[in-house]
Amino acid sequence: MTEVKTVEYWRWPEYRHTIPGKDWHNAKSITAGVDIGSVGSKAAVMLDGELYAFAITRTGGVSEATAVKVTNWALEGTGLQMANINYVVGTGYGRVNVPFAKKTITEIACHARGAHYIYGPTVRTVLDIGGQDCKAIRCDEKGKVLSFLMNDKCAAGTGRGLEVFADLIRVPMLELDKVSLNVEQEPPPVSNTCVIFAKAESLALLRQGWSKEKVAAAYHAAMADRIVDLLTRVGVEKDFVATGGVAKNAGIILRVERLLGIKALKPRIDPITAGAIGAALFAQALHEKELGLR
Amino acid sequence: MLAHYGYKDGSGDYFIIIDTDKCNGCGKCVEACPHQVLEIVLNDYDIEGGNMASVREEQRKKIKYACAPCKPVSGERKMPCILVCEPKAITHSW
Repeated sequence: MTEVKTVEYWRWPEYRHTIPGKDWHNAKSITAGVDIGSVGSKAAVMLDGELYAFAITRTGGVSEATAVKVTNWALEGTGLQMANINYVVGTGYGRVNVPFAKKTITEIACHARGAHYIYGPTVRTVLDIGGQDCKAIRCDEKGKVLSFLMNDKCAAGTGRGLEVFADLIRVPMLELDKVSLNVEQEPPPVSNTCVIFAKAESLALLRQGWSKEKVAAAYHAAMADRIVDLLTRVGVEKDFVATGGVAKNAGIILRVERLLGIKALKPRIDPITAGAIGAALFAQALHEKELGLR
Repeated sequence: MLAHYGYKDGSGDYFIIIDTDKCNGCGKCVEACPHQVLEIVLNDYDIEGGNMASVREEQRKKIKYACAPCKPVSGERKMPCILVCEPKAITHSW
């Protein structure tokens, strides 16, 4: 029997990171935010409201176990223990499944707060493109949500849709954007009402002899169309930023920028962690409240 | 905060918009709605907490049909959820 080696093109890397030059021993409050998303789980640890460490993994079948795993991974190598953390806030799709969280806050509020931390107080419109949904959020100078809208009905226009597509054209997830931008002329977008329809249509185009790059461009354009639809409903005001996993896909963001006619700000921290950072900031506020400092 | 619940399809925009800053969580709209579209939930958008009205999860993808009986094509529209809301926190997009 011969064993067939398969490459999982949809699989994106899991990773952790510690911000160098920080010592948790001097911190007055150590807080954590755990964002259990539909596809990826993120944990962020903050010292007095400054990011210290974060980790991202895939969400497994058991959200509780994933929450413990991702938080421990974020703490790995820092010498911190779960018991050292003063306050944990859970957020995201699986926020009720974070067993050690003292409070849960919806990911919409957390993404606005996290975007405010990552991109600064000039942010007014946040686009969060996650694994299974896409949200348009308007916020004020303090990062408080003024208005929000979640995508409807289907996973077209989300990270999961990209995973499905990566698998179809056999291009690794992180190289999709480069491939989609490698076209001379922008082709018309595929259908964007449904991931399955979009995939079927892409497949048909490949069979007609379209190049991988051209089909990728059509797929990315369809996603951008759908995202812009959502954004125009809540209204776009400068500065505009993107958070969530798909924010790292330049092919989507560039096309959204083209359609909106405004540029998105460049992140100073990995935008995938925005939800977890927001949750950790809420945790800090709640911790200070608990101590009677606020 | 304006929370938009609903969807957009080929025939139009269907959103129920609840202003969570105005909503006091009294629950009158929940009782008034003949189709059980609304519910009172814990406001976890804010660390202050409190109750607020929201569109039930299972109704969010079909409010065009759920709300249709209250939206006659001709004659006066009397939407019970909007009429009963004292702080005027509920609006419909269609």
